[in-house]
Amino acid sequence: MARIMMDSRKTEKIVFFFLFLATLLIVAPVGMIIVIIIQKGLPAINWQFLSDIPRQGMRAGGIFPAIVGTVYLVLGAIAFALPIGLLAAIYLSEYARDNLLNRLIKLAIVNLAGVPSVVYGLFGLALFVVFFKFGASILSGSLTLGIMILPIIITTSREALESVPYSFREVSLSLGASKWQTIRSVVLPNAIPGILTGTILGLSRAAGETAPILFTVAAFYLPQLPKSIFDQAMALPYHLYVISTQVPNVDEKIRYATALVLLTLVLFMNLVAIIIRYQFRKKKKW
Amino acid sequence: MVKIQVQNLNIWFGSMQVLKNVNLEIESNEILTIIGPANSGKTTFLRMLNRLNELETNFRMNGSIQMDGTDITALDTELLRRKVGMVFALPTPLPLSIFDNVAYGARTHGIKNKKRLYEIVEKALKEAYLWEEVKDRLDISAFKLSGGQQQRLCIARTLAVKPEVILFDEPCSGLDPISTAKVEEAMLKLKQNYTLVLVTNNVKQAARVGDRTAFFLSGELIEIDKTEKIFTAPSDKRTDYYIRGKFG
Repeated sequence: MARIMMDSRKTEKIVFFFLFLATLLIVAPVGMIIVIIIQKGLPAINWQFLSDIPRQGMRAGGIFPAIVGTVYLVLGAIAFALPIGLLAAIYLSEYARDNLLNRLIKLAIVNLAGVPSVVYGLFGLALFVVFFKFGASILSGSLTLGIMILPIIITTSREALESVPYSFREVSLSLGASKWQTIRSVVLPNAIPGILTGTILGLSRAAGETAPILFTVAAFYLPQLPKSIFDQAMALPYHLYVISTQVPNVDEKIRYATALVLLTLVLFMNLVAIIIRYQFRKKKKW
Repeated sequence: MVKIQVQNLNIWFGSMQVLKNVNLEIESNEILTIIGPANSGKTTFLRMLNRLNELETNFRMNGSIQMDGTDITALDTELLRRKVGMVFALPTPLPLSIFDNVAYGARTHGIKNKKRLYEIVEKALKEAYLWEEVKDRLDISAFKLSGGQQQRLCIARTLAVKPEVILFDEPCSGLDPISTAKVEEAMLKLKQNYTLVLVTNNVKQAARVGDRTAFFLSGELIEIDKTEKIFTAPSDKRTDYYIRGKFG
């Protein structure tokens, strides 16, 4: 009996060790990436780097146009994907009956999430740049990124809507409210935190992707700010790719500093969304 | 006077027949209590009267339900549910303030005037015997109230819509005896102005508040009669068994 006890205690320790190790292995790369990028990039960050245009063939100067380009692209993608994604999510969670068409739609959305990002790039090139004649422009790039993040927004919004207790809907309907009134005044307000989480995920994804903007918007070198949504623009991920592989003799500092700015930008956008979400969660009462 | 007349009502969910050929009448200003073991179809019957069953995808029915001579399936559901309110088994406050919970129905029906809304909320809370306990804190979350208060809030919320019939689906199943007594007291007063249908698992509660009592078993209405009659001399053996706790 005592030996069995000892054995089970030993097993417990071994299991704990491996579970903890696996968890640690996940955290380690994240920490290392952050430490290395900050260590190597921070020395190159100064006001000029953030506010100036690239100079001397991108070996000096700043990355301001790329920052602005990325911000425009992300905002454009969200402006396109959030309304459409949310409306689709409302349809799927509140109105869609379980029939063949709706199952096909759900299947399509799941598959959309699995399409490689470079395929979105080619799709954007064919549809927006060539067919709709938007050219390589912020509009084309935003729409391409928007389609890429649609499945994320739809899936998370749907989960958020479906997590609102069913009894809330029944109560609202039983008081004589219409279905749309019920959605608007009971379901949506309580799903906002979850919807924002989806938006955060989509936003980060859109800010960091290179392939979808490669053919649809990104300029190799464009030392000025875009004047309209029909202009090409520089973007941080693509700029990083360019100075890392396409331009010789770029100081390592500049490359890491660019990565640091991209990381900070995404983090900052996430932070804003997290704060908004927190404000809503505080009000959540069930 | 007959308020609701149910004739040959059959209900299926998928291939399961939940109600079998139910015929009964509900009188104005009475409390009709419905008793029966689990899965006897009593809640399904109740949810038919405001057509909440229709939210289920595989729901099917035939037969007729007439309220004041009009077939309720011909009515707009929103209109029907204003006339036939419902209080659910567990207290179901919406994640809003006390005031906004009670004002919810009135607001969805287009009443925006603040003073008018306040009058409606005050009247409903008084009718549900909750006003004195909450009048100084109408803007706090409804979730801060106790279970019994929450259930009376739900009654007030239903009353604020000015229904003619109120359906109670085991409204005291989660409440302590004192809260239960308060809810029952409210129901007894309410029957002066409303018609009440009460589904309950608590046979004693049916005896305390019911004017008439109906006994459901496996989707069939076994008998319906004056409550004293059901509890003293039921005409069906099965009713007698159930009331004396022999099954269910």
